[in-house]
Amino acid sequence: MGVQTWTFIIVGFTFLLYIGVAIWAKAGSTKEFYVAGGGVSPLANGMATAADWMSAASYLSMAGLISFMGYSGSQYLMGWTGGYVLLALLLAPYLRKFGKFTVPDFIGERYYSKQARLVALICAIFVSFTYVVGQMKGVGVAFARFLEVPFSVGIIIGIGIVFFYAVLGGMKGITYTQVAQYCVLIFAFTVPAIFISIQMVGSPIPQLGMGGTVSDGTYLLDKLNMLSVDLGFSEYTSAGMDDRINVFFITAALMFGTAGLPHVIVRFFTVPKVRDARKSAGYALLFIAILYTTAPAVAAFARTNLLQTVSNQPYAEMPLWFSKWETAELITFEDKNQDGLIQYVANPATNELTIDRDIMVLANPEIANLPAWVIALVVAGGLAAALSTAAGLLLVIATSISHDLFKKYLRPDISEKKELFAARVSIAVAVIAAGLAGLNPPGFVAQVVALAFGLAASSFFPAIILGIFDKRMNKEGAIAGMIIGILFTSAYIWYFKAQLGGPGTPDQYWFGIKPEGIGTIGMLINLVVSLVISRMTPPPPKTVQAIVEDIRIPRGAGSASSH
Amino acid sequence: MEKKTAKEYWRRNLKLLGVLLCIWFIVSYGCGILFADSLNTIKFGGFPLGFWFAQQGAIYVFVVLIFVYVWKMNKLDKEFDVDEK
Repeated sequence: MGVQTWTFIIVGFTFLLYIGVAIWAKAGSTKEFYVAGGGVSPLANGMATAADWMSAASYLSMAGLISFMGYSGSQYLMGWTGGYVLLALLLAPYLRKFGKFTVPDFIGERYYSKQARLVALICAIFVSFTYVVGQMKGVGVAFARFLEVPFSVGIIIGIGIVFFYAVLGGMKGITYTQVAQYCVLIFAFTVPAIFISIQMVGSPIPQLGMGGTVSDGTYLLDKLNMLSVDLGFSEYTSAGMDDRINVFFITAALMFGTAGLPHVIVRFFTVPKVRDARKSAGYALLFIAILYTTAPAVAAFARTNLLQTVSNQPYAEMPLWFSKWETAELITFEDKNQDGLIQYVANPATNELTIDRDIMVLANPEIANLPAWVIALVVAGGLAAALSTAAGLLLVIATSISHDLFKKYLRPDISEKKELFAARVSIAVAVIAAGLAGLNPPGFVAQVVALAFGLAASSFFPAIILGIFDKRMNKEGAIAGMIIGILFTSAYIWYFKAQLGGPGTPDQYWFGIKPEGIGTIGMLINLVVSLVISRMTPPPPKTVQAIVEDIRIPRGAGSASSH
Repeated sequence: MEKKTAKEYWRRNLKLLGVLLCIWFIVSYGCGILFADSLNTIKFGGFPLGFWFAQQGAIYVFVVLIFVYVWKMNKLDKEFDVDEK
């Protein structure tokens, strides 16, 4: 059987699975719709959080990026895992004890202010929407390439599936489909990695294989360094001096951003107890770490394989996958010196080969000559990653509208039944809007997705942390901090991102910090502003101080409630 | 619960957080970034050590840190009788 038949079978099977789970987990109340009834076990919540968190970018693009960046790619690995330590230690248990439905809920009550809730609500929708459009695009691309349907049809199929289980089941449906999606995606990611590791270094554990020896007896990483340096690239395992500061700031922005992303935080409202929230953050990181420690191994294998396969080899003798990706225009070859050999070197004047970074994970099984079903599995995994993240984000958008805007702001007197209906309508509208935006993405969306982390870091993270750890923090401080933090960060990003029309050039970067890393500075500014302003204005009311004291003590956590 | 014991519970909690977050900072920003170059001169099997911390070691430590936190906090909750029944 060919790759396409296998893809139809495997992808079709996983979709049936998700739909089956959704029918089984239909939501009957707002509580089930918003927080899955608050009865999810820590293990299931850990898997759901992992699937929620690992997007199409983690699955399809990250290993490719690391493969081309070498050491500097570590910023994604540490940045997107280290945030969970902050979540587990500083946020999850306290927010669970607080026991509400959404992040704006916490901000609104802790800072006893409708304005604070509104600011948080706008930040949450802005961050989540830019993020979800990228996921929809990922779904379209994966379908288009492997089922050979048009990009738009791919997105419509994706919308259909998410629409079905998100509208029907809300958080409950999403949680249990995410558990299934985690299993699909982790299996699909590790199987090819294990095969390749056995082929290249004879070790079935890619994490160890990365430090193993290749057939001529040298260490894989030494060989990769040698190959890279010979072709004029920098050493794979070390950083240039000017890289260091950006690796530092980007890692930090991604970590604090992770801990401030509403669709991740809200997952910790779904477990029964404070103790479970702590444990479930541990499980989530464990499940994420399986992929995040395999990815750098895949990156190193793929890079070595690629350099050995193409460098100075005759163009006419390239394997089949090479021409396939050439047709898709993701690999381009231009024989500048007309010698019939491929010169793949760092110097752009003599380099003859351009490779799209995104194809590394998808092309890897083919490069390593793995069977057709493995390739089909990788596609199903990519779709699982994109769909699970999209669903989690859409739920945040929908609850922000139906709960925070509608129920808490505009129409406090609406009945639960009506609120549930409003939630279903908002998620349906959000799914369709995200799909339409994905069909026709504004040019800047792909850029903004990565920057969503900076925005989350500079707005939510300090407001939540201070709300828990600083009893004296008041609404004046928190609101000023959030607004100044997010304005500073978005202004810097706009100014230095040519794609957004900003006038700045890289030589004007403050202290050499790239826009991707500026969220770290934005977060520090938010912290300082909040602290200074709060000390100059009246302390929060006694009732709020009592709330803070209460969330610090685990005992007495009821299930998440709306009142 | 007594105000004084609540204060003591919170103080112990903060102390634990301080220790764990120090380790968190040292393995990632320290070993993985700031001192990566000097650590790269040391070989850890087939890995330069700084590179290993940045792409593998830091992540393993993160996972361990959370489970140590869970274990320590559960103990602390029991000790101060604030655990959930």
